[in-house]
Amino acid sequence: MPTQTIYTLIKQLFTKKATNPFPVKYAPENMHDAAELIEKGELEINPPVKVPPNLRGKLEYDKESCIGCQLCVKVCPSEALIFKEDRTVRHHINRCTFCGQCVDICPTNSFDFTDEFLMAGPRKLNDDLILNP
Amino acid sequence: MKEKEETTYEVPIGPIHPALKEPFLIKFKLDGEEIVDAEARPGMNHRGIEFMGMHRNPMKVIPLSERICGICSIVHQHMFTTATEHALGIEPTNRARYIRTIMCELERIHSHILWAGVAAHEIGFDTHLHFTWKIREKVMDLLEYIAGNRVNYSMWTFGGVRRDITSDMYPKVFETLKYYEDLYEKLEDIFLDDPSIKMRTQDVGVLTKEDALALCGVGPTVRASGVKKDVRIDQPYAAYGDLDLDYVIPSRYGFENKGDVFSKTLVRLKELLQSIEIIKTCVEQMPEGEMTSEPKKAALFNKLEKRSGEGIGRIEAPRGEAIHYVRLVEGRSDIDCWKIRASTYNNLATYRPMFMGEQIADIPIIAACIDPCIGCMDRAEIIDVDSGEVETYTKEELHELSVKKTERIKNRGIK
Repeated sequence: MPTQTIYTLIKQLFTKKATNPFPVKYAPENMHDAAELIEKGELEINPPVKVPPNLRGKLEYDKESCIGCQLCVKVCPSEALIFKEDRTVRHHINRCTFCGQCVDICPTNSFDFTDEFLMAGPRKLNDDLILNP
Repeated sequence: MKEKEETTYEVPIGPIHPALKEPFLIKFKLDGEEIVDAEARPGMNHRGIEFMGMHRNPMKVIPLSERICGICSIVHQHMFTTATEHALGIEPTNRARYIRTIMCELERIHSHILWAGVAAHEIGFDTHLHFTWKIREKVMDLLEYIAGNRVNYSMWTFGGVRRDITSDMYPKVFETLKYYEDLYEKLEDIFLDDPSIKMRTQDVGVLTKEDALALCGVGPTVRASGVKKDVRIDQPYAAYGDLDLDYVIPSRYGFENKGDVFSKTLVRLKELLQSIEIIKTCVEQMPEGEMTSEPKKAALFNKLEKRSGEGIGRIEAPRGEAIHYVRLVEGRSDIDCWKIRASTYNNLATYRPMFMGEQIADIPIIAACIDPCIGCMDRAEIIDVDSGEVETYTKEELHELSVKKTERIKNRGIK
């Protein structure tokens, strides 16, 4: 019986999938082996999704231009910014909420957003999860 | 009366719920399949956000306020910001008003489509759930394109907004609106014309106009009963004063103002069309100018510490009217007082008349029909651990407590 449902189902077979693909088609048996294969270039992974132009991704921090005014520390809602003794700021990405108040308030534009959004790591105090450690 | 007690069963539904994804308890008294009494008991999701906010400065509270609710984060952000602007005496710029209106309406589209999916899921139409949540992605993408975040947009600041909607973004905005206009007929076909959905929604969970007025319900819940109540028209905020709006009630579209689940679905779907129109007008009428009236953030920060005052922010959230109250005190950088009243708090009272006389099978859809957000509205409850008794305060006792609290604040020496 040609109902609306069957028509929709057949149409769905030929349309682009609404969801994003996983990095690999089938789950590998061993993650370390898969990681090695990726490094050698023998296993191709699906690239991450496209990001919009002004995404609030991982922050970048320019230590040289920082003047140590502490305004960013005052406005950070999650206390991800810690003022150091050498008058610069340490940024913990694991606490960051990506509100961007530090980016807006900085008088010397030392903070900026990047397009990077894959920030998962095995430990929360990993080196790549702390800016200016 | 005694006979009744012997024949009724008490059935608790929740906190892990068949209807909602949030912890919330409703106690039912059942006579066979029929509900004879219902009592809503919140209190499982109280996070003390007001208390957290009172120990931070207002700039830190903007990102905190939007985390009150995951779906209406713009709503809480807007209310907190306008309340603080009111207290400080800052006016947002005209361009910021229009951008705020556009964002509020985009969020209404996303919230109502989400609700339609949840409602379809409650009555057993999971294909519709997947369909509505799939089309919802489009507006989420647009919000991400404008604000940079998919949820918790962090767009607001005191005196304006932090991200602009420039003319090169207009094509994407219009494309998304066109997408929903094209799909609207299909949505109406699914939710308003389908005979099996009609059987599950018509004459279920009826809220009469008298009950709606007496219990102070808000938003689409009472507009479905024919109550003309909408903050966007009654007390315009942002750019709504410049727009020509009308109350969305079923009788405007040739339906009866019944107040059942069907009318609530109708009101929400028609509001989608209204939102699309509002966004189109706002984009066309958008005035040129600055994004914020306080471009120097450091100076604004000093101002926040030095001024004192109190302010109120009101908004028509997708779920109904909500209010924030903020008080600032000179010489103290933290907020002195912050009070939130979300729309679900009002609408919870409408549960009892809606549940009365209904069947057990209709509990999930009636519980979901007010679009409840427990995280927004949850309150703490005082329980005596030894006896297990729950304390309830009368109006007089609450008045006495508030007088005592005022005295305590006075004695603390804050002027």
